[in-house]
Amino acid sequence: MAASTRTFREPSVLPGFGLTFGFTTFFLSVMVLLPLAALVLVAASMHWLDFWHVVASPRALGSYRLSFGASLLAASVNAVFGFIIAWTLTRYDFPGRKMVDALIDMPFALPTAVSGIALTTVFARNGWIGRYLEPLGVHVTYTWIGVTLALTLISMPFTVRAVQPALAEVQRDLEDAAETLGAGRFTVFRRIILPTVLPALLTGFTLSFARAVGEYGSVIFIAGNLPLKTEITPLLIVIHLEEFDYRGAAALGVVMLAISFVMLLAINLLQAWGRGRLLRRRS
Amino acid sequence: MAALPRLFGADAPRPGKHTWRHSLTRWLFIGISLTFLVAVLIAPLLTVFAMALAHGIGVWLHAFSDPDTLAAIRLTLLTAAVVVPLNTIFGLAAAWCIAKFEFRAKSMLITLIDLPLAVSPVVAGLVFVLLFGLNGWFGAWLQEHSISVIFALPGILLATMFVTFPYVARELIPLMQQLGNDEEEAAITLGAGGWLTFFRVTLPKIRWGLVYGVILCNARAMGEFGAVSVVSGHIRGLTNTMPLQIEILYNEYNFVGAFTVASLLTALAALTLLVKSGIDRAGYRRR
Repeated sequence: MAASTRTFREPSVLPGFGLTFGFTTFFLSVMVLLPLAALVLVAASMHWLDFWHVVASPRALGSYRLSFGASLLAASVNAVFGFIIAWTLTRYDFPGRKMVDALIDMPFALPTAVSGIALTTVFARNGWIGRYLEPLGVHVTYTWIGVTLALTLISMPFTVRAVQPALAEVQRDLEDAAETLGAGRFTVFRRIILPTVLPALLTGFTLSFARAVGEYGSVIFIAGNLPLKTEITPLLIVIHLEEFDYRGAAALGVVMLAISFVMLLAINLLQAWGRGRLLRRRS
Repeated sequence: MAALPRLFGADAPRPGKHTWRHSLTRWLFIGISLTFLVAVLIAPLLTVFAMALAHGIGVWLHAFSDPDTLAAIRLTLLTAAVVVPLNTIFGLAAAWCIAKFEFRAKSMLITLIDLPLAVSPVVAGLVFVLLFGLNGWFGAWLQEHSISVIFALPGILLATMFVTFPYVARELIPLMQQLGNDEEEAAITLGAGGWLTFFRVTLPKIRWGLVYGVILCNARAMGEFGAVSVVSGHIRGLTNTMPLQIEILYNEYNFVGAFTVASLLTALAALTLLVKSGIDRAGYRRR
């Protein structure tokens, strides 16, 4: 054991590797990896035709369309507004800036059920904001707009928090030099600011999307939950479970899990890309 | 101290930056940011309290006399009391192992610890139903021994644990990596034992990061909806946590009741952020 441990890790005078590594891997396996493996095994025990029947049914396809479409839209909205908010918070000082900065993390701490009922109330036909949108013909609650809105709220902090440190990294003397040399604000933005923050912006976009695609709590209150129209994929899993169709639920669960893995991979690649660019710029 | 003009750094006066166009862009950006935040975040937060207190503070207080609501609050507190300490111990162990040692497959271990953050809460609940539900792998065995996991407390604990699994570890790993090993190595070399080193050297260094990780884990544990909703069975007064109680009251059009419970959870979230910004401001944390 000792010999294999030595090749496995570099020597150190600090104690506790065996204990902490053992506990970490054990707890991780029991709590996370084995349950997820069970999900994959249950889905794998299905005949592939049955599996296909569930994951490619019109109702499932409709739910993917909404889940992916609304999540992409929410992540894009957050890319634009998240960038503007991050820019405002790093570049400008105004009364209440620190409070606004702290408030950005609210969707991390706020239970999704609370976000769901609160958004539904604000944007309902007679709600604080909904009453002004209704005469314009914009129906937010119980439509895809509401789904997008809920997903925008819960995934907003990811973009802002990803872009903020990158914006702080932008070298302002470069901006000044460019302006002195006659570049307009837009050229400075396109040639200096955007290249520096692009990896962070894309990471934020992917994190927002990953969070939005699996979201359940806030959406079900505002969505209306009509099959093919306003039914998200996680809700369809719940419906399969309520009908005691465990395998159907597992099949859809595997689809969602596969998406999670792809997202994780994309995030890791984007972050590696961003680090590489940063190192090259500094050297 | 007399206010001297700063010549360097981000706040230094910048030549040619005081044109009307710059102040226009500045106010445009601040305006867009605040409008977006008010519509998407601040209005919903205020609504929670406006709806909860719509019929006065007496009605708000009366909503707590509902025995099912009280049971939901008790269950939520119990869940957090079990889940948060376990995930804290895990977070400390994982952070010690990852930050203090170099070993193979370390980045894979970090990715796997983060995995529950990328998994849909509904999938998190689903996996435990597949294992312990009536038609699940251990369902028959559990029923023989009349142990209930799904639609009972153990299922709620498991699902909450899964969802909040990475919170403490994520906060501690970068912090401990940044602080380095020098002081611990000195303590060990001078003859201190492992536990003594941990409690006297490491813990004081990381305590504010730990506090933040724990309160965030707690907020998430008390507020989890999707995963718990799948395993709980929604039995009133028995397996309803606070977020599930909100759903039930809301669907019954008992808006005051729903928003009363929601106002408690919103206050908890606000308190969590308050502690966080206090820690940030004191500069105890990285960033």
